[in-house]
Amino acid sequence: MPQYTQYQPKAYRPRMSAYWYLDQWRYLRYALREASSFFVAYFCVLTLVQLAALGTSATRYAQFEACMGSPVMIIINAIALAFFLLHAITWFNLVPRVAMRQMLGRPTPDAISSGPNYLLWFGATVILALFFLGVL
Amino acid sequence: MSDTIILEVARFNPERGGEPSYESFEVPLRPDWMVLDGLNHIKDQLDGSLTFRWSCRMGICGSCGMMINGVPTLTCESLLINYAPGPVRVGPLDHFPVVKDLVVDLDDFLAKLQKVRPWVVRKDDFKPPREFMQSPAQLEAFHQFSLCINCTLCYAACPVSGLDPNFLGPAAIALAHRYNLDSRDQGVEDRLDIVSQHEGIWDCTVVGECSVVCPKNVDPSLAIQQLKLTATKEWFKSFLLPRGKH
Repeated sequence: MPQYTQYQPKAYRPRMSAYWYLDQWRYLRYALREASSFFVAYFCVLTLVQLAALGTSATRYAQFEACMGSPVMIIINAIALAFFLLHAITWFNLVPRVAMRQMLGRPTPDAISSGPNYLLWFGATVILALFFLGVL
Repeated sequence: MSDTIILEVARFNPERGGEPSYESFEVPLRPDWMVLDGLNHIKDQLDGSLTFRWSCRMGICGSCGMMINGVPTLTCESLLINYAPGPVRVGPLDHFPVVKDLVVDLDDFLAKLQKVRPWVVRKDDFKPPREFMQSPAQLEAFHQFSLCINCTLCYAACPVSGLDPNFLGPAAIALAHRYNLDSRDQGVEDRLDIVSQHEGIWDCTVVGECSVVCPKNVDPSLAIQQLKLTATKEWFKSFLLPRGKH
């Protein structure tokens, strides 16, 4: 009598690596976009610290300024600014995904959806720049 | 240019188990050959045990989706010459259990698809042959989402699908949205209950690769974001008008 064995195929179930976002640039780009939120939070906290120093005393604010002028803080803030810009641009570009898909019954071009965000951003930057340059 | 190209093809034998490995095959590099033609050449001429799915050879059936050099692609739509000088690495779709070589198990996907009721739901006494008139604008509202061929490339491109096996996934949600937008359908509330669970639209973190890899230019990521908006509006409505029917 032949000895039969039951056919028991085993499917291979792949598991994702913990470092899956390093495999390809498109996923790394996404991970960087998500990580940029950390730097946005950093800037918010930094602004609160700045306001607290401003409200405390002139000496404390001078200390804050001196701290911000150190090479380490300049490097950290430069990196944070790069991530902040990445955050703003990537999320502004995502606006057409969720809003204003139709206007007057016709599909809205992406530029119309995300454009106002860029305009507001640019306008606010110009006003602040004029303020700090003493023009306003 | 060489007249051959190397295909590195994933091999997995379910009777032996273990991890898939890659085997190299030299196939002719012809200007009109797709990657699928290369695989068929291997099957016909070099190793008949190579297992993969394919059917229509014209990007309609959605059977021949595989990872080509790490990107989910329909092999019948990918010219081999575009990958010259090679080698070209062909593997089974990511995030699915592998049945054998390049064949993946789609049972889980089909169950998820069925969950969202991807058909026209009527709650009245509608019976054919009565017709529903639909204007071009009403058709346009859902047309792009109706082009989905269930090739599951979007699942292979979506890291959330890989990380959370319970995630409904891009194609199922896009098809739910397709029927929600259909003027003939009356099943929006039922579908919203399903897709607005945590494993539905809220699991999506807008990676967006599902829309990039779709061979039919369906935009599942857009469908998911639009459904998030709809679900949020419905939640507010139910919050403000708890007893009202909306």
